[in-house]
Amino acid sequence: MKPAPFEYVRATSVDDAMARYIEAEDARYLAGGQSLLAALNFRLDAPELLIDISQIGALRGIGRQGNAVIIGAMTRHAEVAADPLVTAHLPLLAQAVAHVAHPAIRHRGTIGGSIALADPASEMPACALALSAVLHVNGPDGLRTISADDFFRGIYETALMPGEILTQIEFPLPATEARHGFAELARRKGDYAMTGLALMTGPSPRIVWFALSDRPVRARTAEAALAAGETRANIAALATDGINVLGDLNASDAVKRHYARILLSRVLQEAGLP
Amino acid sequence: MKISLTLNGEVVTADVEPRQSLVDFLRASGLTGTHSGCEHGVCGACSVRVGGHVVRGCLMLAVQTDGQTVETIEGLTQSAAIADLQAAFHRRNALQCGFCTAGMLLTAHELLALDPLPSRDDIRDYLSGNYCRCTGYQAIIDAIADVAAERSGR
Repeated sequence: MKPAPFEYVRATSVDDAMARYIEAEDARYLAGGQSLLAALNFRLDAPELLIDISQIGALRGIGRQGNAVIIGAMTRHAEVAADPLVTAHLPLLAQAVAHVAHPAIRHRGTIGGSIALADPASEMPACALALSAVLHVNGPDGLRTISADDFFRGIYETALMPGEILTQIEFPLPATEARHGFAELARRKGDYAMTGLALMTGPSPRIVWFALSDRPVRARTAEAALAAGETRANIAALATDGINVLGDLNASDAVKRHYARILLSRVLQEAGLP
Repeated sequence: MKISLTLNGEVVTADVEPRQSLVDFLRASGLTGTHSGCEHGVCGACSVRVGGHVVRGCLMLAVQTDGQTVETIEGLTQSAAIADLQAAFHRRNALQCGFCTAGMLLTAHELLALDPLPSRDDIRDYLSGNYCRCTGYQAIIDAIADVAAERSGR
């Protein structure tokens, strides 16, 4: 199981990467490679050029900027997990990143790569949505920002245009009284989730499902019930209200709805709701 | 493409095809202790250390190791850094066919560096990305727990 032949180039800057992308007929950006290289091994994809953007210094690192924590897109999962700013200000992200695959994958995989791939069963896209992240993008037509609410469009589908690179993920600091919750059901630690939940309480709470639909989705009816101070049982009963739940090889849509109610009730209890 | 890396402590230069995976490069270089299993990042048989961290040798290209430090089971064996783990695997029957063993040893070595006295559940979690189709894992957990206790003087 070997990939089709391709050329490889290590980009020195975002501009260099974009220039090479435009020059090539059929290129892919290579981030951590933990999904792309597997896809190439399966020959699900066969580009002529890989542009390695993982060594671009400007795309790496974690910093505080005003009322936000900014994470460079090529920051690896293991670096996110170990960062004191993340632990202090984004405990949801710190908790969730431990569930991203296995240690060896977390050493190579990047937060930006995971968000840009938009696997519906992934933790990082769901966290971006739950934390109201703003995604910074650089492309042939210049810089722009995209709200996480507008970014995820379907299975492996995002608002990114051809040639655009996700450069930074901006996480606004959650309100001080906001609590977080996270849970996922998987057969083993690190396996793809069968159903997963990322939650932020506070004045405008967010309840985000992953591995339930074709993208990370907000449970808006349940969010409204949470904001209105409903009981845990009443909120959990609305877990998948209005959501297009899709069954897969591991669980039917009915089983996933069942899992969702249990997970939401459990996570709300852990977050201190009566 | 020409690459230059530090492989088990020695500077190595090579001319590789861009599509060649790190594990295939290592095996073609005669270092056959690292195994090529599923080739899509699931089984962990291809585990090697790059820049001091255990990674999947099938989800990294050889060209990406240009300028990097790579260590394999052969290097760790020679340095005797995991001699006690290897002895415990032998003593506890923690391998049968041996296909997963190099990956198990590297991952266990990394875990014990991070957490000198992990619980059995911690060990299972950390090894969750390494498949063994022979042992049923119990003996592997036993061996690692033994070494953790020995190293910690318990």
